[in-house]
Amino acid sequence: MTALNRKLLRTLWQIRGQTLAIGLVVGCGIAIFVMALGTLNSLEMARDAYYDRGRFAEVFAPLKRAPNALLPHLAAMPGVKAAESRIVGDALLDIPGVAELARAKVVSLPENRSPLLNEVTIRRGRGPQAGHPDEVVVSEAFAEAHGFQPGDPLAATINGRARRLAIVGIGLSPEYLYVIDPGSLFPDNRRFGILWMGRKALAGAYDLDGAFNDFSLTLAPGADPAVVMQETDRLLAPYGGGGAYGRRDQLSHALLSGEIDQLKVLSHMVPPAFLGIAAFLLYVTATRLIEIEREQIGLLKACGYGNGAVAAHYLTLVAAMVAIGAILGLAGGYWLGEAITDIYRRFYRFPFLSFQPQPATLVEALGCAAVTGVAAAITAVRRATGLPPAMAMQPAPPVAFHALPATLTGLLTEPGRIVLRNLLRWPLRSGLTLLGFALAVADVVASLFAYDSIERMIDLDFFNAQRQGMVITFTDIRPSNIVDDVAHLPGAKMVEPFRSVAVRVTAGPQSVRTSLTGLTPEGNLRRLVDPAMRPMAIPERGLMVSSRLAEALGVTVGEAVTVQALEGRRASRLVTVAGISEEYMGKFAYMSLPEVNRLMGEGQVINGVYLLDDPQRLPQLYGQLKRAPAVAGVALKSAGLQAFRQTMAESMGIMLTFYVGFGALIAFGVAYNSARIGLSERARDLASLRVLGFSRLEVSYIFLGEQALLMLAALPSGCLMGYVWAWAIAAGFKNDMFTIPLVVEPATYGWAVTTVLSAVTLCGLIVRRRIDRLDLVAVLKTRE
Amino acid sequence: MASLADDRKRVFFTRGLTKVYVTGTVVVEALRGVDLDLYDSELVLLLGPSGSGKSTLLNILGGLDRPTAGEARFREHDLTRMDEAALTAFRREHVGFIFQFYNLIPSLTAEENVALVSDIAPHPMAPADALALVGLSERRSHFPSQLSGGEQQRVAVARAIAKRPEVLLCDEPTGALDSRTGVVVLAAIEAANRELGTTTVVITHNAAIAAMGDRILRFHDGRVAEVITNPSRRPAAELSW
Repeated sequence: MTALNRKLLRTLWQIRGQTLAIGLVVGCGIAIFVMALGTLNSLEMARDAYYDRGRFAEVFAPLKRAPNALLPHLAAMPGVKAAESRIVGDALLDIPGVAELARAKVVSLPENRSPLLNEVTIRRGRGPQAGHPDEVVVSEAFAEAHGFQPGDPLAATINGRARRLAIVGIGLSPEYLYVIDPGSLFPDNRRFGILWMGRKALAGAYDLDGAFNDFSLTLAPGADPAVVMQETDRLLAPYGGGGAYGRRDQLSHALLSGEIDQLKVLSHMVPPAFLGIAAFLLYVTATRLIEIEREQIGLLKACGYGNGAVAAHYLTLVAAMVAIGAILGLAGGYWLGEAITDIYRRFYRFPFLSFQPQPATLVEALGCAAVTGVAAAITAVRRATGLPPAMAMQPAPPVAFHALPATLTGLLTEPGRIVLRNLLRWPLRSGLTLLGFALAVADVVASLFAYDSIERMIDLDFFNAQRQGMVITFTDIRPSNIVDDVAHLPGAKMVEPFRSVAVRVTAGPQSVRTSLTGLTPEGNLRRLVDPAMRPMAIPERGLMVSSRLAEALGVTVGEAVTVQALEGRRASRLVTVAGISEEYMGKFAYMSLPEVNRLMGEGQVINGVYLLDDPQRLPQLYGQLKRAPAVAGVALKSAGLQAFRQTMAESMGIMLTFYVGFGALIAFGVAYNSARIGLSERARDLASLRVLGFSRLEVSYIFLGEQALLMLAALPSGCLMGYVWAWAIAAGFKNDMFTIPLVVEPATYGWAVTTVLSAVTLCGLIVRRRIDRLDLVAVLKTRE
Repeated sequence: MASLADDRKRVFFTRGLTKVYVTGTVVVEALRGVDLDLYDSELVLLLGPSGSGKSTLLNILGGLDRPTAGEARFREHDLTRMDEAALTAFRREHVGFIFQFYNLIPSLTAEENVALVSDIAPHPMAPADALALVGLSERRSHFPSQLSGGEQQRVAVARAIAKRPEVLLCDEPTGALDSRTGVVVLAAIEAANRELGTTTVVITHNAAIAAMGDRILRFHDGRVAEVITNPSRRPAAELSW
């Protein structure tokens, strides 16, 4: 090994603290890059593979009842590759030991063959056998939540009739990667699942012998989905169909796509920011490190080392720091990716999902690290090689300081003047340090604001808009006087009816398939609220739309839209938008209940109620509801809220911990590097002060005061940057399904400031020990 | 310059050498027209108060700095016309430097500091041999922080001679040392001059050292004020101050 390389290794070891601090920051950037892109790749690959293998349909069409003889006609439509009919219904489940009601979607499987579309992957056990109408396959997440095994019994109410079923298998389907009750926005595996049963058994249960009520198809290459959907609607219209939709509106697919889109945003917004911060820290450290070594550089050049050799030496030094970061980052990225993929595995039920970053991602990550290092090092090294050797070997001349305004200096003691003059003497250096601290604060603000957003969503949705205890849906429309029956159930304190209908809302070229809910205008339980969370009156006439729907349609209050029912007699009507309600999730439309009934022309009917319960009497209420044939499902608000919080805690916990840790690391890295280098530069000055009689405390004050002042100045700007960053994240995460409210509570700023203050204070304590240990005689002897 | 021909081989040759430093509004004329000839195997002492231009001349001769005007040659090479790369090669192949404050790399041992130069020189001696020449074989694995000032300077001498340079340029080599230690260092420089035949230039403001040189050039105010030829050199070991 050459002497120069030995010097390299010893320097790295000597500044190991700084090397590690920089390595960790670079590592964080790389880790999040590998994690985000790797997870994105893995999810997309697993999705595409499973959609392909499981023959996931591309168009879905629910209907009332069509004879099986219609299927060949549907399959013969131009543009159809494969078509399949099914029977789909709802079931209520009575699970021993679970007080509340669980709901399931029941889907038929063909007898004696595999389905042409939407294949069910049997994970354990087997599929239902022909001639055994009680056999059922249960979706995996639901089975796990209840510990179901093949062979277990299952009590269900299907179409109002109690059935005893036998679980024979545990399964998965590309159609239900994300198993979620259409009425809620987050999965609750204890209360909602999928059951697959034999076609004959379900035909019997739903009186659909020789008929089907659900149709799906895949498209031939080059087929226009819009045309195929139109034709499907036309053929199915006489049979209560007409609401064909594509994958975009398929719940599981839409939620998975939303997640993938968010990951794309994450992988394009966050890693570049982290790598940028790493490059910045590297640049600051490298320039000052090289500045300290100016005499050694002069000597190397005096001995005959050329500029190239000197540049290569310092580039290698920086490269080594980056390499340490890259190794830490790749390892950390893998670890994080595995952890995140594990969380995804719980929400998205793929038969196979493993964290598999593509080699290209790793190469890209390493490339980013290399660019980071080279960009930072080149400027620093150019400065080093630019010095003529004779000048480089001279000790740097005393720095020229400028007098501060007398009004200012008059207020300060001598140490205070030293602090202030030093800060102003190197405005760029001070500015960069300040920027580093501000970025650290901003990082924490932009991470933790997610919690504020979620609390706002909960506050609006669960406490201001939905004040009921539960939502009870009926198997079909019921006369509106059923409300009185429900009101007399034990534990029912307040009951309000609603009717929801599948509709298509059209405004000009924009058209959205959604649900229209008829609410009682004087209702107290289910309310619509404005952005200030004030309740909005439901007008006698006119349409209320949620903010996401208004945005999707591009309409404002006073404009006319067409509402077309996708069920019943499929009536269509032009209505005026009477108001826009604030909702962060989903695109929904509302009207007064009488208005919806007028549109549908089926009399005074409802298909569900909102109910405020008496918690003391819940078991009795459940007991009654389980036995009521009209009840299709019960959605509990408390369960929904719990599921929401749990989902959020699980999916965000790891990431946010990482981001906050990264913020602390940036603050520490900036403070430590700038302090250690400052100490090497100024050890002589500080020792001189000690010789002159300044106490350790005073000397520490002079040295660390600079950093403290910069940090204090960085706090407000960091908070502001954090707000802007949070705004960018909220804007980036906005998708078809939901939007994130931009809310940053004072406590979040408080946490950000506390995190950064703690990191910098810790660094100050470490550096102070070094100041206390300054060897006065030795420092004064050496010629720095 | 045939008129200046000498029976000895001329190593350095300068005519009208001028160096002006401009820092902000301050103009410093460090050299005001220096004419000089230095010969093979000669040991020359540059004597004079600080600020008289000695170090500036040494830096120009060593290829560390460039003159503002005038002529400077090393053998047949014109130092004033060399580019950065050529000056680097010149230093690497021909020049050994010794500085007042040793300028050792603190993170390298004595032997490694010498190796730093022998690694890149065309015909170096082994670092261990160079250290033996200055009597530091025992201390070769020590870091600069573990060596006394005199020992550090002897490492610097070993580092300078390890490449078998044609010229050895020493800027106040004993400036930071006491008399006894300084003599040891001077003896090492003298040995290199005598045994390797290296043309040696030593800057000092200590007149007591002057006696060890073949010639003494007295500097004043950026000019050579006086040239004294010493008929008989005194061995360094006999010096004291």
